Amino acid sequence: MENRQNEYKYGFESKLESEDFPIGINEKIITLLSHKKNEPSWVLDFRLRAFAHWKTLKHPNWAKLKIPPITFDKICYYNTPKKTIFPGMNNGLIDQELLATFEKLGIPIEEQKRLSSVAVDAVFDSVSVATTHQKDLAEHGIIFCSISEAIQKYPDLVKKYMGKVVPYSDNFYAALNSAIFSDGSFVYIPPNTHCPIDLSSYFRINAKGSGQFERTLIIAEAGSFVNYLEGCTAPARDENQLHAAIVELIALDNAEIKYSTVQNWYAGDSEGRGGIYNFVTKRGNCLGINSKISWTQVEAGSAITWKYPSCNLIGDNSQGAFYSVAITNNHMQADTGTKMVHIGKNTKSTIISKGISAEESSNAYRGLVKIMPSAHNARNYSQCDSMLVGNKSSAHTYPYLDIKNKSATVEHEATTSKISEDQLFYLKSRGISTEKAISLIVNGFCKEVFKELPLEFSIEAVKLIEMKLENSVG
Amino acid sequence: MLEIKNLNVEIQGNKILKGINLNMKAGEIHAIMGPNGSGKSTLAKTVAGHPDYIVTGGEIFLHSKDNTRSDLLALEPDQRAREGIFLGFQYPVEIPGVTNLSFLWEAATDVALYQKRKPKNKKDFIEYAKEKLHFLDMDENFLNRPVNVGFSGGEKKKNEILQMALLEPRVAFLDETDSGLDIDALKIVANGVNHLKNSNNTIVLITHYQRLLDYIRPDFIHVLYNGKIIRTGGHELALELEKRGYDWIVNENKQ
Repeated sequence: MENRQNEYKYGFESKLESEDFPIGINEKIITLLSHKKNEPSWVLDFRLRAFAHWKTLKHPNWAKLKIPPITFDKICYYNTPKKTIFPGMNNGLIDQELLATFEKLGIPIEEQKRLSSVAVDAVFDSVSVATTHQKDLAEHGIIFCSISEAIQKYPDLVKKYMGKVVPYSDNFYAALNSAIFSDGSFVYIPPNTHCPIDLSSYFRINAKGSGQFERTLIIAEAGSFVNYLEGCTAPARDENQLHAAIVELIALDNAEIKYSTVQNWYAGDSEGRGGIYNFVTKRGNCLGINSKISWTQVEAGSAITWKYPSCNLIGDNSQGAFYSVAITNNHMQADTGTKMVHIGKNTKSTIISKGISAEESSNAYRGLVKIMPSAHNARNYSQCDSMLVGNKSSAHTYPYLDIKNKSATVEHEATTSKISEDQLFYLKSRGISTEKAISLIVNGFCKEVFKELPLEFSIEAVKLIEMKLENSVG
Repeated sequence: MLEIKNLNVEIQGNKILKGINLNMKAGEIHAIMGPNGSGKSTLAKTVAGHPDYIVTGGEIFLHSKDNTRSDLLALEPDQRAREGIFLGFQYPVEIPGVTNLSFLWEAATDVALYQKRKPKNKKDFIEYAKEKLHFLDMDENFLNRPVNVGFSGGEKKKNEILQMALLEPRVAFLDETDSGLDIDALKIVANGVNHLKNSNNTIVLITHYQRLLDYIRPDFIHVLYNGKIIRTGGHELALELEKRGYDWIVNENKQ
């Protein structure tokens, strides 16, 4: 028990000089942010419209979550390190502490480490502090930069797609993010280009009392392919912090985007104190024919997770997939799932969700499969399995079906199981330790999802889950 | 090899074993027989360390050649297994999503490391496992199937013997390994057990049918009844039990 707080090895805080906005959110703050970023007027206009809409909304309460009241006026919405990592970015001063932070997190962002086969956009509090491999990628015509940079350099692309997959009116947190988003990642893959390396974003919250509101936009032109990875961590604190992000994906004809997340925000301590509130809207539009988008997520952190990576299957023959492992322990709460909206003909979606709940946590799957009248011969397969560890945790499954075309084929399977004493004893009686036995059982349970992850991610996911369950069984 | 002294065991407050004394030497095969509910499975699971079985008295020691002994009751089930205890389950447990190969390899590796033997790498282990599979007349694709999931009764029991073959235990309890087997499977399993028997290990067969003993010839037969061993004898005792049932010993014992 005593070392449980230490299990979260990313819970440290970096001391560095930062610049922050006054707390709270209003038109003045939003305008200040937009001016600071030297944004064109259409972006400020977008922000202000989103803010006006947000003020009319009530906090959503339909999820299987107990969300304590959040005082939006007490949050700092913009906090940025004074110095950055690369000369040439911002004011050109290199912050060694910032470098050391990413070193400690195991994220290779220094230029000399560029041999690493993953390009990274590192977001620290409110800003992107480094984007690696930009030149190499540019040789292929690939744009990989912060969204702030994209707004400056590629305004037409941003204007064409930003807010089109997730309109600001989509939900409470989408509106809030659209009003105040401070940075995020931008990717453009030109036609018929197979992105030669994996791209990634790493999100780090550091400053106390601030929230993180970033948005990511990925555009895959016709015939292109990209594998995108996302990770995140935050210091361990007794106060809750808000992370409200938007991710928008666009896949054109025959394009494919694979988006994988290992979400490891600080989850609070064993008493349920602290942790990140992770309220995220992720959605992809399969715009083109034969386009494919897959979301693979391992949700292992956050005090509260509210997240439904979804696909609008617009192009004929397009395919969407959602592979998820959500693990909760202590007092964590997760309500996560997906929406698959079939619009084009012969569209296909796959949903594999594995929920593991331990200790006093609560874990819900919520998913919608919607078949529009235009979606002839649409197919969906959903499988939602829950595993309970111990007697105090809970698992819930809320599958919604909305079928408006009779030619659809929709299959749903759901199971709930417990790690049984018998399974544990069986493995132990063969000389396998309790920890290894649990990890074998849980990995067996999550296998269909883990095989969708890139190798490094699946190894990390396995370790994360082992750590979460270390004290939960036996 | 295995020394059980005055063992008393309860499950959920019910006394199941009431003073078991057994001494089993290396190179011996023992059979424990008795009617249903007499405590045979309890004895096997207690030796293996199942957490539901509460030892209220007695001791179990595993003796080594160098005259050291380990106090099994002080060890967790996984530690006991690494010391060389094996339990062939009456009802082998299913582990979905975990292949037989990764399960067996993890187990064999852990046991080898503990016993200060060099564990086989995965490739060598697969070859080694295949040899054992052929011997037990099992298909190679066994290794790629999830542990016991969708196995027939006979396949599950063969899988237990396969595990025993790979882990090379010092003391193996085989709990009703013969139940649910047709005659061909029974012969294969018995053949496997005979093959695995050597001068350094002890095999304990738990059964209530004499049938298995046509194929595996134990050195000692113990009759367990109502939590106590009421008779110990040689192979001739099995034949007598087959003919006369258990009642006569029970009655003799009452007098």
